[in-house]
Amino acid sequence: MKRDLIKANEALVKGAIMAGCTQYYGYPITPASEIAEAASVYMPVCGGTFIQAESEVAAINMVYGASGAGARAMTASSGPGISLKQEGVSYLSGAELPAVIVDIMRAGPGLGNIWPEQGDYNQVVHGGGHGNYKVIVLAPNRAQEMCDLTMLAFDLADKYRMVVYILADAYVGQMMEPVEFPKVNKKAPHRPWALYADKASQPNVITSIVFSAEALEEHNLKLQARYAQIEKDEVRFQEIQCEDAELILMGYGFVSRLLQSTIEVLRKQGKKVGMLRPISLFPFPNQRIQELAAQGKHFLCVELSNGQMRDDVYLATFKKDIVHFYGRMGGMVPSVAEIVDVALGYLK
Amino acid sequence: MTTKANVLEKATAFYDHFERKGGQDQTTHYCPGCGHGNVHKLIAEALDDLGLAERTVFVSPVGCSVFAYYYFDTGNIQAAHGRAPAVGTGVKRTRPHSIVISYQGDGDLASIGGLEIIHAANRGENMTVFFINNAIYGMTGGQMAPTSLIGQKTSTSPYGRTVENEGYPIRMCELISTLESPVYVERCQLADVKGIMAARKAVRKALQNQADGKGFSFVELLSPCPTGWKMTTHDSLQWIKDFMIPYFPVKVFKDESATRNGRIREPKEYTDEELFKALNLGLLGESQPRDAEFLKNFKTVEMKIAGFGGQGVLTAGAILAAAAMQENLEVSWIPSYGPEKRGGTANCSVILSKDSIGSPMVVSPNVLVVMNDPSLDTFEDAVVSGGLVIVNSSIITRKLKRTDVDVLYIPLSDIAADLGLNAAANMVLLGAYLEYTKLFPLDHLKKIIPYTLKRKTLAEANVKAAEAGAQWMRDNNKR
Repeated sequence: MKRDLIKANEALVKGAIMAGCTQYYGYPITPASEIAEAASVYMPVCGGTFIQAESEVAAINMVYGASGAGARAMTASSGPGISLKQEGVSYLSGAELPAVIVDIMRAGPGLGNIWPEQGDYNQVVHGGGHGNYKVIVLAPNRAQEMCDLTMLAFDLADKYRMVVYILADAYVGQMMEPVEFPKVNKKAPHRPWALYADKASQPNVITSIVFSAEALEEHNLKLQARYAQIEKDEVRFQEIQCEDAELILMGYGFVSRLLQSTIEVLRKQGKKVGMLRPISLFPFPNQRIQELAAQGKHFLCVELSNGQMRDDVYLATFKKDIVHFYGRMGGMVPSVAEIVDVALGYLK
Repeated sequence: MTTKANVLEKATAFYDHFERKGGQDQTTHYCPGCGHGNVHKLIAEALDDLGLAERTVFVSPVGCSVFAYYYFDTGNIQAAHGRAPAVGTGVKRTRPHSIVISYQGDGDLASIGGLEIIHAANRGENMTVFFINNAIYGMTGGQMAPTSLIGQKTSTSPYGRTVENEGYPIRMCELISTLESPVYVERCQLADVKGIMAARKAVRKALQNQADGKGFSFVELLSPCPTGWKMTTHDSLQWIKDFMIPYFPVKVFKDESATRNGRIREPKEYTDEELFKALNLGLLGESQPRDAEFLKNFKTVEMKIAGFGGQGVLTAGAILAAAAMQENLEVSWIPSYGPEKRGGTANCSVILSKDSIGSPMVVSPNVLVVMNDPSLDTFEDAVVSGGLVIVNSSIITRKLKRTDVDVLYIPLSDIAADLGLNAAANMVLLGAYLEYTKLFPLDHLKKIIPYTLKRKTLAEANVKAAEAGAQWMRDNNKR
């Protein structure tokens, strides 16, 4: 086996470059700066562009330009920066431009602090910008996935002509773990609608302005149809020992690593618990949740937030009494023992 | 430069039909007397004559010229309000041979997009900016602009702009020409034929500079907006002369076109193998072939290494994890982070396991390494019963209170100092630890040390320190 021990944030950048990303535009913010730093090291020596933009807003608009010109392009930030980028995300969505955005979440609201939280779920998964758009959101929980899901993100972005987020937190980003890298150097696929500054692409127009109400409704309906297709085809989740479980622990990203350990502890005590980890937050594994709910199972959502993902589990089940919640905020992270105790409260 | 003889002929950089106004396909959406039409024409003719239209990407702003793509037969991309220079940057960096035109009004460029224009200029982006200054927000119905003149009445300065409330009108050419990077900055006016002919020359020079790879060119055009100003076309031209030009002087602010060297970056292609190498991957090579017996019997190590910052505790953890990975184990490493990072100690959690690792955070270590007193005080109670504690006895003078754990007192810092390697106590530790536990051979660790250090020159010294640690253990351990 040939693996590299590597910090997850760096694995993400290397995965992006292998996926054919040649354009990185970013602004420093803790705890996402490591991604910009790695990009500044590797983009230039791999034939790409790294620019430290003057602002988060400028960075996302540079991504817009680069994507429109046919490149695989990305940016990374954390909560306060993502808030600023939302304008650009809306424009990218309206103009149907593929792009990858990484959010290494920190604690909020406001300046908050730099410790890990999952309080960006709503502004990322449910869109913080204006208009009826959605984005695909992938939530890695280990270094290997920071590489693999980033590579997948670029493919999905091109396939559906839309924004794909990698939603992680400082813990996932800081971890060093073995990663098996594929030896590939992908190229951005040819985009017939893009601006290559040549004769063939000269007639192309990239815009999000649709002046007539009829045409804009039609444009919106086209986008909604695409999102519906994605909900059918792109749901990703990981399941551990759910078959006989009475209680399903639900969490994404770093929390799911804690849940994995929690299950090991509880199973040793003979408790019937399992884990359902959404890997894609949009599309959300609604159908699987409904199947498990129909079998009479309860859910315990564990999050570093006030229950932002839990609300989506409510929406999937329409049953508040079977969806339980345990959350920490502000940068506090529950211990495995703490989650074990909480889970025991919902087990016979 | 040769130009077309018949100036009345439509430039081919314009579309044959303008579809913005349905049914009137030779009519623009601009109001009568508006300056946009003039500037569009100057640009289209220049693109024709310079032969640039095919590789031009025109960035439309928000404002009246948001619909520029209905007129220019070039590549077109529409930007959010004020962001055209950033969008143009992305286009240009992706397609260095493109001709990027950022066409912006005063509200777009000097107000909401103030930062983007300053920094695109400051980076010396090889693009051309045409700045239409008509001292008003036209598209949204005549609100005050950052360039509106003192006393000018607009729908949001109904009593006239005052210095007290809004400050003075902003002069962009003056601002931008103070920057080192821009190659060419000129302000022109569209109030008379002489002005338009000067503007024609400026537009061409600004585009030629870009084609030559000379950098950032900026042309401001004082432009009439009869509708926004609520004037006749004639009066609005006079208003430019009487009021705008005195405040916004028409002149060349900077022109280094003749002396700048052109440069256009050529993209380089990489093979899979070249890219892998450029990314510094695969350095450790294939892992050790391991028999099933080794993996089956491997007991999970949950280790905490703690000490002062600078004692190399994070590096020690990372090297051990890398070495264990090469034994085909699952490993994780995570530095102290979050609210647990208190008390001036640095620490990391390392897990070595034959199975998939859940939480990478070690709360109850079965191996604790403490390099200084505060670390021992903090973590002594956390160690599981029967666990191993390694104490750096060069610094820590007290003994453990716990009696239910194995403990090794090793003068890690002294052993390192004896070798003249004060910073290598962490390597002494790894040598001693492997000798004591026989987790895997020291040689395996020694092989990877050079790849895990930032300063490669220190590899030999670190290997020596690890050997010294192992030697001390052989000499002193009466296990």
